[in-house]
Amino acid sequence: MVRQELKKIVVYTIFLTILLIPMLGFKTPTFQPGRVFKTLGVFVAILILNFIVKLIRSRRKTGEVQKTPLTERVGVWINQFPKIYTLGGLIALAAIFPLFANNYMIDVGITCLIYVCLGLGLNIVVGMCGLLDLGYIAFYAVGAYTYSLLNLTFGLSFWAALPIGVVLGMAVGCIIGYPTLKMRGDYLAIVTLGFGEIVRLVLNNWDTLTAGPNGLFGMKRPVLYYPSFEESGFTWATYYLKSLPALYYCIFIIAILVIIGVRRLDNSRIGRAWIAIREDEVAAELSGVPTTWIKLLAYALGAAFASVAGAFFAAKLSYTNPNFFLFMESCIVLSIVVLGGIGSIPGIIVAAFALIAAPEIFRELEAYRMLAFGAIMTTMMILKPEGLIPASRRRHELHEANVKKPTE
Amino acid sequence: MDLSSFLLQQFVNAIFLGSIYALIALGYTMVYGIIELINFAHGELFTAGAFIGVIVLTALQQMGWVETHFVLTMIIVFGMAMAYVAVLGVALEHVAYKPLRTSSRLAALLSALGMSIFLSNGMMLSQGVSDRAYPQVFGYDAIEIMGARITNGQIFIILLAFALMIGLQLFVHRTRLGKAMRATAQNKTMARILGIDIDQTIRITFMIGPALGAAAGVMVGLHYGAVRFDMGFIFMIKAFAAAILGGIGSIPGAMIGGLIIGGIEVFWAAFLPSAWKDVTTFTVLILVLYLRPSGLLGEGTTEVRV
Repeated sequence: MVRQELKKIVVYTIFLTILLIPMLGFKTPTFQPGRVFKTLGVFVAILILNFIVKLIRSRRKTGEVQKTPLTERVGVWINQFPKIYTLGGLIALAAIFPLFANNYMIDVGITCLIYVCLGLGLNIVVGMCGLLDLGYIAFYAVGAYTYSLLNLTFGLSFWAALPIGVVLGMAVGCIIGYPTLKMRGDYLAIVTLGFGEIVRLVLNNWDTLTAGPNGLFGMKRPVLYYPSFEESGFTWATYYLKSLPALYYCIFIIAILVIIGVRRLDNSRIGRAWIAIREDEVAAELSGVPTTWIKLLAYALGAAFASVAGAFFAAKLSYTNPNFFLFMESCIVLSIVVLGGIGSIPGIIVAAFALIAAPEIFRELEAYRMLAFGAIMTTMMILKPEGLIPASRRRHELHEANVKKPTE
Repeated sequence: MDLSSFLLQQFVNAIFLGSIYALIALGYTMVYGIIELINFAHGELFTAGAFIGVIVLTALQQMGWVETHFVLTMIIVFGMAMAYVAVLGVALEHVAYKPLRTSSRLAALLSALGMSIFLSNGMMLSQGVSDRAYPQVFGYDAIEIMGARITNGQIFIILLAFALMIGLQLFVHRTRLGKAMRATAQNKTMARILGIDIDQTIRITFMIGPALGAAAGVMVGLHYGAVRFDMGFIFMIKAFAAAILGGIGSIPGAMIGGLIIGGIEVFWAAFLPSAWKDVTTFTVLILVLYLRPSGLLGEGTTEVRV
């Protein structure tokens, strides 16, 4: 086994050298060996580390019971406390976060919570219903632009525009969902990708409505109404959520509502129907699940959550432009869902914080962020397709699938 | 320029663009035919080919080979780009597809998507964010046919693209390996029973498909004069539309689909607002998938797969 592994390392190193020399060495017409060997060193170090880990494992495996993975042990440790305490503790921690954090940290916190909403929304479509949607960010754009346009042209407040944005998002979700009802898998992925790009291109090209690539600006922040009693009598006073902590609390409440909503959906009749469709559409149809409506509902609800997040995003920045809604953004949301564990709510929340906050902490590695996302996505699919904190149902399915399916 | 020569000019442009789309689409079709998966990283392989092309061509130009040995230069440039991408394709298959051959489709798709993001950002980090200029080797000489101008570069690229396509068709239908590929595409279990090395066949498919994409990448670089790390994305979607339109899994279908998509794009840009030409291509893709998912020359079995 050792010889085989060593041979593997040598072959991989040769391959890597062939692949890296032209790409890294020739950024300019002159050869720069330093760049090549630095990167090659990193890769070879990973290979050797992997080899050592395998070696230690193979030595230890004989006669020893395999340990439960770390995430599971942490889960067991957390579960020994009553659930209400852990939940309450986390919520309290998140609620008092702005009191001790500086503005920059709060800003990152807000971004994380926006991505939590997006991740949970995409989880409905990808995780529960099993439809791979690569154009999810389009709904985020619909929410952002609906609020911007309604606020700028009609002066509608955030809370009045929000339901309209949600309805529009759902409508766009159904428009995208309807032609794709027959499709699954890779066809669906490409079509949704195409739809996402169409939405972005329309926003980019429709100058008279969306101001094209310049974007829209000057939207009002979310507003609070509170009663005030003055000499002239009772009136409603307005308070714009301008400060970062105020905005943080706003998205915090939205995120909690989204989490509650997704949780209730997961355990509902609709949630079970989605899972039935994901597992076997024909069987679901035969068991009396109205697959057409349930699939459209998955798109519509996923779009609704993204639309809420989008409206808040536009209101927070007071600015929006089509370049916020690139394909890469869809990929980030998808990697949150995949990394956290497809179908797992706590997993997605943890992954959103890990993927959005971690690059902020390691600022100098920012350029490598998407590179790492890509690598993580592939590695997760190969090694741990159920994600960091797997949904219990999903874990059983995936491992069962690996055992049962005959090799083609 | 009168209308007929204008139309002829657009027709030439359409064939030119279409043959490039067809070359990329062939890569999709071949991989899909054999493992029934869309190679999401195909667009990045195409870009990698374009980058290798510019690196080799710049080096050869400095050595003065472009003026003295033009044909040899072109052979080296295309050969190196295709060879490199073939190696990259095999590496990709080994890392991202082989371990997932038996797991769920969603997992395999996400793994491919991850590799696509990884490669595109890897190229951004290694080759820079800005455009990389291609040496202009063809000059501006052109021949005129009935008022339409065809540059030497366009003629060269069209001829090479068609030569590659015909070569592929011959390879798939006349050689032993091609036969093994067709057998594997039809029924993997049966092919294995008959003694075909499935892994080997898949590996070869992952060499040839991306290599054709790399050739297309070099052609795009030569014609448009620049490459960029993210140019693969838009070409990927269009070539995919071409592959679907022609019927995925069918090699002549990919060629016809490429020419049709190229035609739609060129004629749209000629007569209607060109900012919307990408929207048109995406709409065509969606309409085809909705109305006739098996494509023009599809085998008719695709609907079951969808």
